[in-house]
Order: sequence, then structure tokens, then C-alpha cells
Amino acid sequence: MTKVENNKAWWLVLPVFLIVAFSAIIPLMTVVNYSVQDIFDPYTRYFVGTEWFKQVMLDERLHDALIRQFIFSFTILAIEIPLGIMVALMMPTKGKGASLALILVAIPLLIPWNVVGTIWQIFGRADIGLFGAMMAELGINYNYASEPMHAWLTVVLMDVWHWTPLVALLCYSGLRAIPEVYYQAARIDKASRWAVFRYIQLPKLTNVLIIGVLLRFMDSFMIYTEPFVLTGGGPGTSTTFLSQSLVQQAIGQFDLGPAAAFSLVYFLIILLVCWVFYTTIMHMQKDK
Amino acid sequence: MVWMSWTLPTAAFFAGIALILVAMTTWQAIYPSVERKGFLPIETTRGDRLFIGLLSSAFVHLGFVALSDVPLYVATALCVLWMCFLMRWG
Repeated sequence: MTKVENNKAWWLVLPVFLIVAFSAIIPLMTVVNYSVQDIFDPYTRYFVGTEWFKQVMLDERLHDALIRQFIFSFTILAIEIPLGIMVALMMPTKGKGASLALILVAIPLLIPWNVVGTIWQIFGRADIGLFGAMMAELGINYNYASEPMHAWLTVVLMDVWHWTPLVALLCYSGLRAIPEVYYQAARIDKASRWAVFRYIQLPKLTNVLIIGVLLRFMDSFMIYTEPFVLTGGGPGTSTTFLSQSLVQQAIGQFDLGPAAAFSLVYFLIILLVCWVFYTTIMHMQKDK
Repeated sequence: MVWMSWTLPTAAFFAGIALILVAMTTWQAIYPSVERKGFLPIETTRGDRLFIGLLSSAFVHLGFVALSDVPLYVATALCVLWMCFLMRWG
């Protein structure tokens, strides 16, 4: 029997394509145009070729910001993914407790990013904040405004507090979608709790974990508001990540050409890492 | 379109990308691609190889710009060869 192909459904994608074109493709094209010009406004511009790219690629400050960005993203992924799975496994599955747990876990996700920064700014202060005061009680001279390690700890804790719920909720939905028969079979086989997790729950969570890892990587790689409010990128430049360097260049110094070149390099790095993540996970799944 | 600040090289670049996409879509419609394994460590479709080729070409160009003073058309020529090689044997 010949399979009939009907491609008419592609027309249904057209509205999405138009929206993406308007919100992403056209601005991206504009950024590419800006990246090869010394530009102040559309009427005052000079073609400079690849000069801005050379400048950006050789800029030591940006290299440092890139290294910090990778350390930050991989640190929070290493904490948030296992922690999110753990929280999801511990959440109640039935009754009023389940609804209450869902609401409580989701609360950090509902708070605007700049408010999260402000909350942790106060929370971490030794004089008026609970976390800062607790550290002081433990005899640690905790000061995220002057100690780079303390600033890092606070930024990482803040991100973990803010975004682990997303991973937890994704995993919770993934866990709820596992049919009961798998657990029945595991009980018949007298499988241990670890075996149930390793051979039933974890494989079934692969798809939601792919989404979780990609979302958290992209989001953390573009992080701006929370560290900006909390530490302002300091002390010194110890918590200045890529997006903050970019904003300083584009808005602070109004260097639109170099900032556009920087954005494109930034975009290519995100694209590369996400593609590597996605391909690796998809092929691991296929090999099974 | 003035606000987009077009230049001839960037317009040519995007026209090239658009042409490649149209050509690949037409090719796909006439001869649908199947996954296959070449010298790359993963199974790829034609579209995957195009994406890998374009992304790697972007990084090759950035490398040339950052690390050498060799004219950029040398990088472009190398990338065209690389793309042909990748699409056929990747």
C-alpha cells in the first residue's frame, strides 16, 4: 500500500512562522547588519567589515565573563537537576497534600526576577537578613558585597531557589504520566526502591529532563536581572556574566556595533551548546 | 527597511541562506531524506548535516577573524569545501 503524504497541515504553522519572523528573525537580521557597521543611528553608519568581531573575540573581559558564565550554568545544572528530581520524588501524589505541595513548590516561579534579586539582597545581609544573620551566628563573616566567593554562593543559591521548582514540576508531571502497571511489575519482581528509580522512573523522565536541562541551560546562560539586582556584577567583576557585559556595552557605552557582534558570538555559543546537549540526549535515548 | 540598516554583504549573506533553505526544502519534497551514518559519529539527515555545516562554518569564520589576518574569503572557500564534503560523506 502506498502511503499518501498530505502536507497541507504545514499551512497551520504559518502564523507561528510569522510571529517568530517578527519577534526573532527580523531583529536577528538587524543585529547582523549592525555587527558590521560603526553605527549610531540608521543614517549615521560606516561599514567596518569584521573589525568588531575581531575586537570582541580578543577582549579579555569577555573571555572572563564567558568562563564565569559556563561555570555558573554548569554549577546550577549540577545542583538543580538532581535536586528537582529529588523534590519531585518526595512530593505527595494524592489528596490535598498534592495540591498544597504543587502550590508551595510553584511559588518561587511566580515571583518577578527583579523581586527575586531584591529578596536575596535583603536575605543575605548580615544586619537585617535571615541568611546573613544565620551565617554571622555560625561565626562566618559573610558579606556578598565584598567577598567574591560569598557573592557567588548567594547568586547560585538564589538561582537554585528560584528555578529548582521548574525542574521539580516538570519531573512531577513526568512521574505522574508513568502507568501504574510498571510499578505493579516492579513489585512482583520485588524491585528495590533504587531499581524502580533507575529502571522505571529515570528512563521515563528522559523527555522532561531534556526540556528541563535545555530550558535551565539557556535561561542560566542568559541570566541578567537577578545578579544585576543582587550584586550589580560585583564585587569587582566577579559576578559579571555575559548578558551584563553586553548590556553595559550596548546601553551603557552605546557601542551598538561591537555589542551586536558580541550578541552574535553569544548566540552562536548558546546554539552550539544546546545542539550538543540535545543531540547527545536524543542519541542516548535512541541507543536504548 | 531603513531602520534595519542593510548593507550589501549582509543582504547577500541572508539571500544565500534563504536560497539554501528553499533549495533544501524543494530537495526534501522531491527526494525525502533518510537518516544515515557517515564519518560523523551520529546518524544524520540532510537537514542535520546542513545545520552542522552552517554552525561549524560560523565558528571557522570567527576563528579566522580572531586568530589570523588571512582574508575572509579563504575561510569562506574552505567552508564551502567542508560543506560539500559534509553533505556527501557526513
